[in-house]
Order: sequence, then structure tokens, then C-alpha cells
Amino acid sequence: MSLSISLTVNGDRCDVDLDDPRVTLLDLLRERMALPGTKKGCDRGQCGACTVLVNGRRINSCLTLAVTLNGAEVTTIEGLAAGEDLHPVQTAFIEHDGFQCGYCTPGQIMSAVGLIAEGQAGDDAERIREGMSGNLCRCSAYHGITEAVQDAARRMASADERKSA
Amino acid sequence: MKRFDYSRPASVAEALAAWQPGSAWLGGGTNLVDLMKTGAVMPDRLIDLAGIPGLEDIEVSDDGSARIGALVRNSDLAHDPAFAAAFPMVAEAILAGASGQLRNAATVGGNLMQRTRCAYFTDPSSACNKRVPGSGCAAVGGVNGTHAVLGWSDSCIATNPSDFAVPLAALGAVVSVEGSDGRREIPFSEFHRLPGKTPEIDTALDPGELIVGLRLPAGAAAFRGHSRYLKLRDRTSYAFALVSAAAALRMEGDTIAEARLALGAVAAKPWRAAEAEALLAGQSPSPELFTRAAEAATGGATPSGDNDHKIELARRIAARALTLAAAGTPARMPALPASVHGDNAHA
Repeated sequence: MSLSISLTVNGDRCDVDLDDPRVTLLDLLRERMALPGTKKGCDRGQCGACTVLVNGRRINSCLTLAVTLNGAEVTTIEGLAAGEDLHPVQTAFIEHDGFQCGYCTPGQIMSAVGLIAEGQAGDDAERIREGMSGNLCRCSAYHGITEAVQDAARRMASADERKSA
Repeated sequence: MKRFDYSRPASVAEALAAWQPGSAWLGGGTNLVDLMKTGAVMPDRLIDLAGIPGLEDIEVSDDGSARIGALVRNSDLAHDPAFAAAFPMVAEAILAGASGQLRNAATVGGNLMQRTRCAYFTDPSSACNKRVPGSGCAAVGGVNGTHAVLGWSDSCIATNPSDFAVPLAALGAVVSVEGSDGRREIPFSEFHRLPGKTPEIDTALDPGELIVGLRLPAGAAAFRGHSRYLKLRDRTSYAFALVSAAAALRMEGDTIAEARLALGAVAAKPWRAAEAEALLAGQSPSPELFTRAAEAATGGATPSGDNDHKIELARRIAARALTLAAAGTPARMPALPASVHGDNAHA
């Protein structure tokens, strides 16, 4: 069975022939599209290391079958910065030491971008911790992660205000 | 993962026609794909429902009823302003479950169809009557501290893991399903099944039937001012319930005109406590009343293993949920889950 899908990954349109419907979005990105920034942790939807945005919403790419994504718009960690200019969430993670080994970091950052876009947590530390609970950090950099998301949420909100002013 | 065929029908009729034994419906896939990876579930073909239009609407009506399409994502339902205002404990329950990523993918219909998280069910090398009928139950006599205390049988002591289903049971939801024989509605109390001698059958769905939506009956929104979902778990967030409770009161002055109460994670189905509801009606809220109601809600509970603590936990969470419901739905809903940090920690 050959299954063809067409999707947009980090702004680039891609036509993909899938020889096997079992391929997850995670494996498609890492093994077939040379985008290894998205990490495989548990591969069971429990750790969040594989978090990407699909049509602007954060999801676990390990539980998403690639074949279901015809027409979808995917954003991975590789697609977040604008050239040399880091995304505000990336900058905040660096400034607040939101990581140690770095393995969970792409998933943490993509999840934070998704959380901020959802608009439910604001810069409330407790709501950020709850909203980020699907991303585990084995180094336990949670304090810095929470601060980074708070800071990025504030910066992005004030940038939005400037834009609309 | 076993290889499977994949199809993406464009209508309910096409989906029903595509079904044959060995097929599985694919919604968000958050539970199904995971179970396929372990080999606990091995469908021959997946029928992807995402291409079917018309199953993503949320309608809240003036008579306090609601209709929810089966493909509405969990997060979209919880954050729908009109729905969350009318049914705050449903939103609270959804947001108490899983993670932001999973809620963005999981569908309403899929949430009702999720399988137990009993570790022996998930592990194909363990005996499990639910996974392989007649193979035995490794949970009986195994690690079973989180297993059922109500409605279990010697063949299966697993629990239903859904948070969402608990307030739906309390509010008397109805599941709309479609099959080759047409459309029918299944009362929520009959949708999930107790194990008896056939634990492999989780729900009242016939083979090949598809959930197309959910309905909350007229008047269900009348509880909006006094309703809560509370969940106890091993971690503050992102864990399945040890026990949970959905409590809703329709108050007339200081009197409880009508009460709804259901317990979660205590049985193979959300456990509606009709006896407790009857006991509450017409009374004034008091700690003694809520203690008696909680006793009634857990009547007949017996440990299925090393889990007698769950009976006391269930009593306490039922009483606590009723107490908080009586105090009124918080201004900001959903409130945060239990946390030692939060302002809304339920003290």
C-alpha cells in the first residue's frame, strides 16, 4: 500500500510517499526529513520530548501517524527562529537556564510556544507549571523552565501590545 | 506494531461501509496508537474519522442542554466559553486529565472509548481477560493498589480511566451512535459496562457502531452555579486518578433542590451515586449530610486487592467535592488541580 501525503513543514511544502502507514510524524521528521531537532524520548506520549505544532497546536508527534497529516502545517524546533533571530521562548530558555542536558528542550520550547498561544496560563507560574506538565525534564530544570515561560509570555504580550498600538 | 491498512472516509456512511471485523476507528489516536505500539491492540485496519465533516460542533441551548460532535477535541470543548460556563465541572474534568498536547489531539468520542490503564492490560505478556478472553487476570493477586473497589468481578478488576466521563455520568449524558442499522442513543449509565464474565466488552457499542456525538439533556446547565470535579492522584498533574468525584447541586435558597454525584477510577465505569443523590435532595448543606452522602456513594465497596485505602479516599473526595460544590463554582474556571502551590489548592 502506497500512501501519498502533502504537508507543510516549517513553511516548506513537502510531498511524501509513505510505504508504510505505521510511520509516526516523529519518525518522518527525524528519519526521512533530516529534522532531528524533535526528540524521541518515551515514544509513548508520556514525556513530551517529541512535541511539535500541527496547525498551530502542540501535540505529541510520537502518537501522530504521518499518514493522517495530509494538508497539515507542521512547525518543529528548526522552524522557530527567524534566521539568526531566536524566537522569544528560545531566548528566554537561554536567559533563565531552562535546561541542563538539553534533550527535552526542543519539546519544552515547542510546548511553551503552544501554551502561550493557547492563552490560558498568562504569566501565572502555577498555571504554567500545570500547562507544561506534559513535558518531563530528567535534569529537573523546572524552576528555570517556569521562569523562562513566564518571561517569554510577558515579552510576547507586550510585543503584541506594541504591534496593536 | 502490527501492520494495518488505512482509510480516510469522507462521511459517516462511508466510514460505516468501510468497517469490517478487525477494524478500529481512529480519532486523535492518543490511546489507540500507544496500545498498538505495545501490541495490546492489533487492528487490521484503521478507519481515520478526521475527514468526516459535521462532527466538530459544540451547541449549547437555552434549555440547558448541549450537543457535542464526536470529533471535538478535548481542549476545544474545555475552552469553549459557552460550554465551560454552562458545564463547568465537565471543563474542569477534561483539564484535569492528560496533558496539553494530548488534550489537543484527543477527541470527545475517543475519550469515551479509551481503554483501562491497568498495566497488565497494556502488557501483552501478562494474563488479561480483557485483552485475551479466558487468559486469566494477572491483576488479581498482582500489583493492584489502584484497581477497582466497586463493580469488579473475579475476571477483571480494572478501572475506567476517564475524567471526562465522570461529570457526564453525573449529568445524565446520552451517547449518540450510528451503525448499519441506523442511529440510536445510549444513556450514559448503560454506555460503559461492568466486567462480569465478559470484561473484553468495554461498552454497549455493537461491532461496527460509531459514536457521532454526545448530548447533555435539558436542564443539565442548571447545576452550573454549584458544581466541581475533584481528582486525587499520585502527582499534582498529568496522572490518572486514584479516585475522583463530580458533584453538582441545584440550589433553591439554602436548600439542595437536586443533587448529582459520580465517582471516578473506582470501577470499570463512572460510578453514579443515585442513593447519595436521593439522600441529598431537599436537605440543607452540612458536613454531616455530605459525610452520609459519601458513605452512601461508596456503599458496597470492597477491595479487589491492596486497595482498601481507595474506599476511604473515595468517601473523602465525594464529601469534599460536595462541600466545594455547595460553596459555589469558583469565578475562574477551570480552577487549578490540587496543588500545594496554588491559590486554588482545595483546602
